Formats: sequence, C-alpha cells, structure tokens
Amino acid sequence: MYVTDKILPELPAPSNSKGIVHWLKTNLFNGPINTIFTLLAAFVLYKVIPPAIEWAFIDAIWFADSSSECKLANGDRKDGACWAFITNRFDQIMYGFYPEAERWRPNLAGIMLVLLTIPLFFEKTPKKAWLGGFILVIFPFIAFVLIRGGYFGLEQVDTGKWGGLMLTLIISLVGILFALLFGTILALGRRSSMPIVKSLSVVFIEFWRGVPLITVLFMSSVMLPLFLPEGTTFDKLARAMIGIILFQSAYVAEVVRGGLQAIPKGQYEAAAAMGLSYWKSMFLIILPQAMKLVIPGLVNTFIALFKDTTLVLIIGLFDLLAIIENVLGADNAWLGFHTEGLVFAAFVFWMFCFSLSRYSMALERKLDTGHRN
Amino acid sequence: MTDAQASTNEDYAIQLINMNKWYGDFHVLKDINLNVKEGERIVICGPSGSGKSTVIRCINHLEEHQKGQILVNGEEITGDVKQLERLRTDVGMCFQHFNLFPHLSILDNLTLAPIWVKKTPKAEAEAIAMKYLERVKIPDQANKYPGQLSGGQQQRVAIARSLCMDPKVMLFDEPTSALDPEMISEVLDVMIELANEGGMTMLCVTHEMGFAKKVADRVIFMDAGQIIEENNPEEFFNNPQSERTQLFLSQIIDH
Repeated sequence: MYVTDKILPELPAPSNSKGIVHWLKTNLFNGPINTIFTLLAAFVLYKVIPPAIEWAFIDAIWFADSSSECKLANGDRKDGACWAFITNRFDQIMYGFYPEAERWRPNLAGIMLVLLTIPLFFEKTPKKAWLGGFILVIFPFIAFVLIRGGYFGLEQVDTGKWGGLMLTLIISLVGILFALLFGTILALGRRSSMPIVKSLSVVFIEFWRGVPLITVLFMSSVMLPLFLPEGTTFDKLARAMIGIILFQSAYVAEVVRGGLQAIPKGQYEAAAAMGLSYWKSMFLIILPQAMKLVIPGLVNTFIALFKDTTLVLIIGLFDLLAIIENVLGADNAWLGFHTEGLVFAAFVFWMFCFSLSRYSMALERKLDTGHRN
Repeated sequence: MTDAQASTNEDYAIQLINMNKWYGDFHVLKDINLNVKEGERIVICGPSGSGKSTVIRCINHLEEHQKGQILVNGEEITGDVKQLERLRTDVGMCFQHFNLFPHLSILDNLTLAPIWVKKTPKAEAEAIAMKYLERVKIPDQANKYPGQLSGGQQQRVAIARSLCMDPKVMLFDEPTSALDPEMISEVLDVMIELANEGGMTMLCVTHEMGFAKKVADRVIFMDAGQIIEENNPEEFFNNPQSERTQLFLSQIIDH
C-alpha cells in the first residue's frame, strides 16, 4: 500500500533543447547526408544570390528619360537591370490607357476604399456591420461612377481604356466578391433537400468547373455577340467579369461545401431546435463556422482568380501583365527590356498574393475560438 | 390505449397517438401512445437502440414520423416550416453532446435565439441570459467560449440556453451520458432544481435512475421500439411488472 499527502512542485523544463548551435545540429548537420545537402545548398545560394543582387540593385539604373542610358556605347545592354523602363512608364503600367487628366478619379476611389476598410480592422469600431455593408453594396456604385464617369459632369472613360494594375485590381476585387457570394449560394444549393435546387446547382458547378477559363473568356467575347440580336453591344469588361465570376464561383462552391460538410450534425439540430429558420441558422450558426474552416481553400481560390485575371489579354483588355508585355514591350523606344518588365510584374503579383496569404493566416488565428464541438 | 386516440385534449402538453417511424425498412417506433400533462415530469429509459431518443426527437420534429399523430399543446405537427419554427420556441431541447455554438461566446449562445427568433431587444436578452446563467451557477463564464468550459459546464450552459426561450416543454436527450462521472451531479442538480420548481413539462431520456426516483411523475420503459411499461417511479422500481423491465433494472442496478 502507498499513500501520500505531498503534492509535487512544478519544475521548469530541462534546458538542453535550446540555442543556435543545437538548432544547427538537429536541423542542418544531423548526419552525413544532411551535411552534404546543407553544404550543397549553401554553395548554390552563394552562386545565385550575390549576382542577382548585383543585377537587381547594385548595377541597376533606376531612372532615365530614354533607353539609351541603359545601353553601352555600341548599343549592347549594360550589365545591371534597367528599372528605368518601369519608372519611365509607371503611369501606364498603373492605369493603362486611362486619360492622364482623369487619373485622380481611380485614385480617389482607391483611397476611399482603403480609408473605408481600415476601421474594419479595429475591434472597437462601432457599427462595423453597417460599414462593411456600405463597402460591399454602396461603394461599388460610387467607384463605378467615379472611374467610368458619364454622370455629374465627369467625362466618360470607356472600359476599353481601363488597364494596368487598376484593371487587374478591379477585376479581382469584383470577381472575389461575387464569386464568394454566388459560390456560397451554390454550395448551399448543392446541399439542399429540394431536388430541383440541388440538381441545378450540381449542373452549374460541374459545367463551369469543367471548362477552361480561357474558353469562357473567348466565348464571352466571340460567341456571345453572335447569339445576341444585331447591334446589341455589351461591354467587353462586363462580359469578362461575368465569365470570371461564373467560373470561379463554381470553385468557391466546392470549397465552401467542404466546410459545410465538416460541421457536425448536432450544430444543424441545435439551431433548428431553437426555432431558427433555415436562412438564420445558415448565416448565424453554420456558415460562420464553415467559412472559418475553409479560409485556406478560399484564399487558394482567390489567389488563382487574381492571377487568372491576366487571361483577359486574349479578349483585348490590357491588365498589368498585358500592358508590360504587349504594349510597352512593343514600344520601339524601349525594346529589349522584357526581363525587367516580367520581373516587375511577377513581383507585383507575388506581393499581392503573399499579403493575402499572410492576412488569411492572421484571420485564422484571430477567429480561432478553441475546441470545436 | 385506443381511448387516447379519440380524445385530443388541450390540457395535454404532448400527445403521441399511434406514432410509428421507420428508418428505411427498419421499424424503429411501433405504435407509441403517450399523453403528457402540462407540468408533468417524465423519465424515459431503456436499452440502447430501443428508440427512446427517437421518440423525443420526433416531438420537436428533428426526426419525422411516418404514421400516427403528434400533438404539442393540442396542435398537430404537420412538418410545415412556419409551424415548426413557432413550435420549437415552445419546446426546448438539450442534447447528449451539448451542441453549443463553438464560434460564439457563452452569452451570445444564450442570446442568439431570443434576439433572432423572438425579436427580444439585445439588452433584455442579455439580462435574461445572465439570470439563467446564475441559475445554472456559472455567471462568471459568460464571456468565455464553449471550448474553454468543462463538459458539465457546457451542458449547464445548454440548459440555460434552452430556458432563455422560455419554453413550456423541455426535452432532455441523455444529458449526462457524455459527461465524466465527476460532472454528472452538477448537471443533475440543475435539472432537479428545474423539476422541483414545477410548471415545466419535462421529458427526459436518461439512465440516471436516482434522478428518476427523485423527480419523475412517471417512468416509461422502452424496448425494441415499443413502450413496454409505464408507471409511477415507486411502483416502477420496486414492483416492475414485465420481465424485460425486471431484467433491465437488475442490470443497471447491479453495476
């Protein structure tokens, strides 16, 4: 028999598992094969990184009025990157063919969006739901009127002239917003107990998921006008956006459906047992939990959508990449600076995607309320 | 039992008349007849798979019955969506696995239905919520999330959540079976208190025979989808009539 009245004290964990040397030993040099790979990797990095830095920063030419400053006397390229290509044409990369005198309008819309969005990130902002609703429902109209004009004495700027990063962001933001909305409705539809709603959702999702986006865009710009009565014009950008939204909402629907299926049956039952209607239980109980679960999948889809906007080039819209590649790249004054253009475009895309990814991770941590039921 | 069929009495909180239910080809509930008066406290027990949970889940239509009638407060359940939403505000339910909403704080769990279903103003709903949290003795947990509470506390929150809707009937579906032994009594104490206050019609599926002895007006024993025996607790425990009941009682009391 054994009995004790003594409660043992809590002690700190042993400290032999800390320190840089220990970390290096366990992660980089814990055996001959690992050591070889570590050294090999170090060698490759040594060979690649310093020249890249030299090209991109040290030898680079940042500003110039013409391409001649990026060239040697005999017309060959200098060693460093010629960022002057970007800085010289920066406005066009940002706005496409949007008239210079009117560029304050998209700027104003952008600044408004940022200023309206910032308060949403603070816990204490009152009436957050109303502000969010304003941004989602009212603001798009304000932005549209501002950017396109035609009202209130603003000169009309047709969507064909929109371009550059501005166009990329407009298509992506509108696309993400509506794809999320339609995708969620489709996901609920696919899980509906009503056979017609269910089969319509399934058919829609499977159809749009089954065709390449490039086909959708082609169809919207080449085929659709054939079916419309003669003389009907339908804005090219609007058609591209609708195509992208329909296409991506099918993907969003399947991501959201995964989340809906992961919510335990007890949650649906508890919501129902309290007298909540179908829509109330979805919006108050099920979707908040399901959406939280599928943040990684949604962000994945949004990043894909953001990058897919580059495909609008094929129907004659000039987004960021198209401006750099097809407009500036074909400019005789700046021939031969493709690499800089592509590196810059890649950097811009990467920056947006990476920020989105980091933000989503922060959001996941913030929404984590501990154990699930 | 046939006379129950004829009389649909307004005084009954719940009436089950010849209710039958199948899962596919499996006949889970066979000719269930049960009249529950307002304020009556009923314990339903029986071996697992006997259909006892299914009976109470049919009462608020979480499961659909195929034959017979269910009347709540004299009104027959038809499955009509609007009727169900109204009916469910009168019939509270506690689940075996609590089913609290993990993304909402305890307080929000309690105020959600009053605000969104009954349109109670937020401040009033919060006052009601705090009142019931005090009754289940955990007002200090109001701002925590369900995941931070023990099982016993979660079940007490679930009971408070149902009470916030001011229901006339409470259904308990094995409220203590998922709990660690140490926590069973804290939940039972709350339920006993609720029962002793009177006025609340309670139907409780449970294996807690001590609870049945203390508060039940009637005990119902089910097996294989049927009601086998129904009696007041004293008679039921001391003088069980059916062999099946005797066997069941001997088994649960021996352990």
